[in-house]
Amino acid sequence: MQENCLLKMRNINKLFPGVKALSNVDFTLRKGEIHALMGENGAGKSTLIKILTGVYQMDDGEIIISGNSANIRSPQDAQNIGISTVYQEITLCPNLTVAENMFIGREESFIVRHRYYEKRAEKILNDLGIPARSTQQLGSCSLAVQQMVAIARAVDMKCKVLILDEPTSSLDDNEVNMLFSLMRDLKSQGVGIIFVTHFLEQVYEVCDRITVLRNGELVGEYLTEELPQVELVAKMIGKELDELSSLGEFEEKQTAESEVFYEAKSLSSSDALPFDFEIHKGEVNGFTGLLGSGRSESVRAIFGADKVNGGTVKIKGEDVKITKPIDAMKHGIGYLAEDRKRDGIIADLSVRENIILALQVMKGFFKPISRSEAEAFADEYIKVLNIKTASRETPIGSLSGGNQQKVILARWLLTHPDYLILDEPTRGIDVGTKLEIQKLVLKLAEDGVSVTFISSEVEEMLRTCSRLIVMRDRHIVGELKGKDLNQAQVMKTIAGGESKNEG
Amino acid sequence: MEKKKFRREPLTDTQLLMTITICIFVVMYLLAMLLLKGGFLHAQQVFDMLNDNASLIIVSCGLTIVMITGGIDISVGAVTSLVVMSCILYLNKGGNIFVAVALALGIGIAFGVIQGFLISYLEIQPFIVTLAGMFFARGMTTILSVNPQKVEHEAFSKFRDIKIVIPWLGYTAKNGNLVPARIELGVVVALVCLVLIFLLLKFHRLGRGFYAIGGNQTSALMLGINVKMTRFISYILSGLLSGISGFVFMMHTGAGNATNAAGMEMNAIASSIIGGTLLTGGVGNVFGTFFGTITLTTIKKIVVSSGLNDPWWQSITTGGMLCFFILLQSVVLSRRSKKKKA
Repeated sequence: MQENCLLKMRNINKLFPGVKALSNVDFTLRKGEIHALMGENGAGKSTLIKILTGVYQMDDGEIIISGNSANIRSPQDAQNIGISTVYQEITLCPNLTVAENMFIGREESFIVRHRYYEKRAEKILNDLGIPARSTQQLGSCSLAVQQMVAIARAVDMKCKVLILDEPTSSLDDNEVNMLFSLMRDLKSQGVGIIFVTHFLEQVYEVCDRITVLRNGELVGEYLTEELPQVELVAKMIGKELDELSSLGEFEEKQTAESEVFYEAKSLSSSDALPFDFEIHKGEVNGFTGLLGSGRSESVRAIFGADKVNGGTVKIKGEDVKITKPIDAMKHGIGYLAEDRKRDGIIADLSVRENIILALQVMKGFFKPISRSEAEAFADEYIKVLNIKTASRETPIGSLSGGNQQKVILARWLLTHPDYLILDEPTRGIDVGTKLEIQKLVLKLAEDGVSVTFISSEVEEMLRTCSRLIVMRDRHIVGELKGKDLNQAQVMKTIAGGESKNEG
Repeated sequence: MEKKKFRREPLTDTQLLMTITICIFVVMYLLAMLLLKGGFLHAQQVFDMLNDNASLIIVSCGLTIVMITGGIDISVGAVTSLVVMSCILYLNKGGNIFVAVALALGIGIAFGVIQGFLISYLEIQPFIVTLAGMFFARGMTTILSVNPQKVEHEAFSKFRDIKIVIPWLGYTAKNGNLVPARIELGVVVALVCLVLIFLLLKFHRLGRGFYAIGGNQTSALMLGINVKMTRFISYILSGLLSGISGFVFMMHTGAGNATNAAGMEMNAIASSIIGGTLLTGGVGNVFGTFFGTITLTTIKKIVVSSGLNDPWWQSITTGGMLCFFILLQSVVLSRRSKKKKA
């Protein structure tokens, strides 16, 4: 082994009720390297990270930091020995100021000298080019800025090991680049960085080494330049690539000429500007655009999730009023929310209860679904969607992200919707599950369900959608279909090369 | 950055809500001075409000701390009552004043420690734990004495009669005598508590920890705050302040009975909320709470001065005010988050 080993984890084992989360996993981090930790959802990445940061205790194994065996019992322990973590969900306090968020929990004395910390924070923010003021209340900053404050905090802690757990999922390209240059800076200072992400391109852009986990086991550790992207994906999902490539071809999708299922004229809500929109039966269309372009807001207006201000809506040619989600559901519209943690799952309820939730609401609470019926539904969809859970009675909160997403999908499929809106259904989930969901979308469309699909990954949308609506600055700026459906054209439209594109 | 910042930061949620309360209080009091005149024109009116409510102010401070962490403590009124009764019985047996003070603090801290332990380390719902504490303390008070008790202790009576007299703030009574303004010692104790807790919340690591826990408990843990310990201490402080409040209550009334300070916990919660503390935690300030308490008292005085003497009118107006403030807060805060989005 090399001399410059910063962190060694040996034979780590962790057992959760019913699931072996990690078995004999090794992980090595060297000084001044950026090391990607890759794997499908449920592969054990999060568990490994949480053991390293003291959130979970390992059942068996050894952690060696700078040559000394370490015993990490709490997040404080981890901080004290120089392990800092920036999580995907922002773990700061929105009611405190930016400066306080950077220094709380590690003040040098019992008395908090606000001025002193504000000055220090201001300097760090300036050095890193983060657009926030130290005296600002954190809750008044955008999510991206909050994320960067979390990183600034970690950076200032002179950490030896910096763990970035999906830090880029809420950042736009510019901010990602800023983050990367920050990471390279830290690397040259000898910090070891563990980078967890689902974006393959990002891994190849910054990482030196890749460790792949699958089903709680170590697949291997590789140098980035020695592992082609395709092989990485194969190692992660552990199956051959034929499935991947069959979807990969951009086959010409025929535009559906069936009846119009849903039609909106100048529909607007508290968050969305007026827009026109229609979707045919059995069609898959997509909303694309940069973060904040209004794509989520628009579909939320369709579902009545925000306060609808105006516009007319027709379903199958008849005027209807949709002002609340229950209206939309009664007309056969299902909506899978962007933020599944906040709007989707009820973490303490079981998989079964989460699956039947929407159907129960539709039926009304005075006609309960019988236990045996519910169990049959749950079992059916656990099988159909290949949901990995210990049993149907497991609380959904203990499932991995991808499997939670499948449960929510099952919830809507159970209501047999005519029109399903999927807002970022594949965010933060692994390649294998992504493919399954994409296939499912196409299958649904074949069965005559209209689907609106939103994703941050243009490629994924090109694969599934037959029509793309492009948004910029909260306006629809183009509609692409047929041969215009390619990456270059989408980029051009988003960037604003030409205005309305009549396809 | 070369440029000096001229722009002031927008107020934090805590500051905003407190400012609203203070403004409403000032406007309300001025209106009372203009329209109702009478007692409202004398400085003694304010001092009376303080004299009568010193113990409420102290208890409210404790409750504000607990509410900032996102918890609740409804045992405070009953603990105050238990402290009053215990101290009276002890003093009447010829006890020492200093030991009585120690007894008061001891009872308060004991409740804080036990409740805090159950809530923070065994993770039982604070409402349930302190509800049990409330019944327990109330029951203990009744066991100590069913009958009302009066303090008969010479040194204590002398001590209790010490008042700060300010002649130039006094007024001339109808018979021509000058009545100087009087402030009881309890008020001084309350104000000292207030300032100390303000400093604790603002400038001490622990105080900022209270806010952090209330803002987001998981985050606070990740940020390296000992959440359990911090929460534990918040309940101990609340208990301690209930103990102090009990002693101050006894100094004010000089007597105690089993129903002393009944409903005080609810008044304290109301004061905190009116003062800008959010029940969800993370936002609040003891100065706001102070103004919350005197706003609440002023409303009651206004009701009485307007000729609505029946006791239910005070409850009804208190209820109405509370509703009004909660509505106002939620409107202000939601408007603010809307603005951020746009």
